[in-house]
Amino acid sequence: MLLRTLASALALTTCLAFTAAEAKTLVYCSEASPEGFNPSFFTGGQTFDASAKPIYNRLVEFERGTTNVVPGLAESWEVSDDGLEYVFKLRQGVKFHASDKFTPSRDFNADDVLFSFNRQLKKDEPWYKVSAPTYEYFDGMSMPDLIKNIEKVDDYTVKFTLTRPEAPMIANLAMDFASIMSAEYADQMMKAGTPEVIDNEPVGTGPFRFVAYQKDAVIRYEAFADYFGGKQAIDQLVFAITPDASVRLQKLKAGECHVMAYPNPADIGGLMNDDTLQVMQQEGLNVGYLAYNTMVAPFDNPKVRKALNMAINKEAIIESVFQGTGSPAKNPIPPTMWSYNEAVTDDPYDPESAKKMLEEAGAAGLKMKVWAMPVARPYNPNARRMAELIQEDFKKIGVEVEIVSFEWGEYLKRSSEKERDGAVLLGWTGDNGDPDNFLAVLLGCDAVGGANRAQWCDKEFNDLIQKAKSLPTQAERTALYEQAQLRFKDQAPWATIAHSLVTIPMSKKVSGYKMDPLGSHRFDGVDIAE
Amino acid sequence: MIPFLAKRIGLLIPTFLGVTVVAFLFIRLLPGDPVLLLAGERGLSPERYAELMAQFGFDRPLWQQYLEYLTGVLHGDLGNSIVTKQPVLSEFAALFPATLELSITAMIFAVVLGLPAGVIAAVRRGSVFDHTVMSTALVGYSMPIFWWGLLLIIVFSGWLGWTPVSGRISLLYYFPTPTGFMLIDSLLSGQKGAFGSAVSHLILPAIVLGTIPLAVIARQTRSAMLEVLGEDYVRTARAKGLAPGRVVGLHALRNALIPVITTIGLQAGLLLAGAILTETIFSWPGVGKWLVDSIFRRDYQVVQGGLLLIAGIVMIVNLAVDVAYGLVNPRIRHRR
Repeated sequence: MLLRTLASALALTTCLAFTAAEAKTLVYCSEASPEGFNPSFFTGGQTFDASAKPIYNRLVEFERGTTNVVPGLAESWEVSDDGLEYVFKLRQGVKFHASDKFTPSRDFNADDVLFSFNRQLKKDEPWYKVSAPTYEYFDGMSMPDLIKNIEKVDDYTVKFTLTRPEAPMIANLAMDFASIMSAEYADQMMKAGTPEVIDNEPVGTGPFRFVAYQKDAVIRYEAFADYFGGKQAIDQLVFAITPDASVRLQKLKAGECHVMAYPNPADIGGLMNDDTLQVMQQEGLNVGYLAYNTMVAPFDNPKVRKALNMAINKEAIIESVFQGTGSPAKNPIPPTMWSYNEAVTDDPYDPESAKKMLEEAGAAGLKMKVWAMPVARPYNPNARRMAELIQEDFKKIGVEVEIVSFEWGEYLKRSSEKERDGAVLLGWTGDNGDPDNFLAVLLGCDAVGGANRAQWCDKEFNDLIQKAKSLPTQAERTALYEQAQLRFKDQAPWATIAHSLVTIPMSKKVSGYKMDPLGSHRFDGVDIAE
Repeated sequence: MIPFLAKRIGLLIPTFLGVTVVAFLFIRLLPGDPVLLLAGERGLSPERYAELMAQFGFDRPLWQQYLEYLTGVLHGDLGNSIVTKQPVLSEFAALFPATLELSITAMIFAVVLGLPAGVIAAVRRGSVFDHTVMSTALVGYSMPIFWWGLLLIIVFSGWLGWTPVSGRISLLYYFPTPTGFMLIDSLLSGQKGAFGSAVSHLILPAIVLGTIPLAVIARQTRSAMLEVLGEDYVRTARAKGLAPGRVVGLHALRNALIPVITTIGLQAGLLLAGAILTETIFSWPGVGKWLVDSIFRRDYQVVQGGLLLIAGIVMIVNLAVDVAYGLVNPRIRHRR
């Protein structure tokens, strides 16, 4: 056994030593280990960067660098007039990767689409429970209620039937959980009695083929020669998992990696002045907010909420909490998203008027709680500090704040309870670039007692977003979402605080990298100079 | 000897059971649960929450969960991680060699430097060397590991470019790792420069992890030596006209070593705690960081399984040490 291992080791190394010298390799210093390699099981961004993006494709894809949806494994699609039927024409001649355990005998077809969705949809089928997964995103995007049926019309045509019209459906299908896996690989592994192998040794149609994962250390990929979009310019892609941001920075400077994820805000200034590096920045598709409990007096009075909003000095928060890597928010959706309403005017920072308004509303001398999250998130890197600044701001208008916090899981649970005491700091990062993914998920009546932390159910607002969801064109929907944002600002269920700025530093040798507004790190289309 | 061994092994059983209880309860006493954390900001409907709790078996009474866990353990099954879905045992097996390799190297570094430094400081008590060693040791002992690691990276990897920043080996090298010990595997790979790369990657983390044990060993050696050097038999040896080197090296050091070895043994256990931080700074794929991440995610299976495995290893090492003492010292063996 040992001899055999040694022999294969030698064979492998000689061939790799040969190729390593010739191959163009791009090293990415990632921030965390992937939770696994089946994107439908997980929600972590680092997992999608390592699985969905390099290895897999979806029926439709987000165009690189935008939130536009473009054809992927489906060449075209048609939506019925009632918005209930989606017919996809699939691309022909698409190859799956080969691995040690699997050699594909056929091209991608409708069976793969059915397998990939039915695994998450049909609870009574054996695949549903393989690897004991939780399908967080599939469930979170309401797919089980929404998808009535998926049907194979012929080998290259698939029909989805929905239970209700859902305008964001196409954008949902571009999300990572909707990645397409090989049904043939699944069958073979099931027959071999090792079905879970397909989740750990992924096989997809994507630009890069999975080679190896050494837990918590390195993930290796190679460019897929038969990729339907053409072979990538780089030959090998390596993720060097480096959890500490300062260490990632040192590795980038030392040339041990070419692209790094999430630098410390404090380091960004220095990075900009480094001649060997280029720094890309873009507003993230996120929002950080303070949600009042609009069900509890005196926060059920919009005037009180408005007054408190006017007391918050957002510029100071951007400076101190985001260290300049953020911008003040006025709408509940980020400016990079379509339908963002520029015409909305933010509540001015005006403690004097705020104090007066509070007195008029009969809420002078108010005492309240502000909840500070125990974790750092892109939309709020330091909630404790933010809460302290708000505490100071509110003190100036005579409002006494007590800051509270809980363990993260508890925080999420308790903050969603309807009778919650106090205003909650939280935020959201977009999933699919659709405004519905912010406005309905975070502020819709259905989400009260859940992700709607303001417990805000406003008929006017809710009617607008519900109607928008059922309309087919983006132009029609935009008009309604713009109105909804005006209504939101007027009623002030949240203090909208900030959108963060995402920064990606990389070596000047790297070309063709595009920042993804949805926050992922994609390496298709990227090249590196020798 | 056999009754002594039997007694020692017999004692392991209640200890082992105790560890399973502590490991099981510890993580469950922390607020929050893994399902809430899996869902994140997205949240879960109460129905879905209940469904998932049931799927993982967390809805059942604690004692029932414990019995299932214990049954699994006795069958060699530590369950699967809630987050990665992988068996706890195979995750541990993949990561533990990295921790062990780092800890052993750090310990060798600490002993090789700490022992002579302590001896010389004792022999030249009150000298400049003595003061330097002792004050350095104090600084070393109080060094915040995270800061120290980053400082070394910035100086030696950033400014001087002598050592790599992090990882176990240059990413250019890619070969199978049958033993999990990079030093051995890189030699086996036969790739030119692989071993050198593995060594260079090990230097900074070993220094960082070895710093505190080094300080403790140096101080302990010095004080043990001072005590022994004041003994009558050392004075006698000197009076007989023995060469100072023989007095110190042969007579004094050997006797001073007993408490030092105990200290080294104790430090070995503490290395794991230090490994958590060191592994995080140097992106070292070991069990320390794995456990901490799992605590944050409330990954019950990994925490209880990982703690149990580590405790098991410590228990076996302790048993071996006890047996070794027993072999050497009949008084221990025969004591009731």
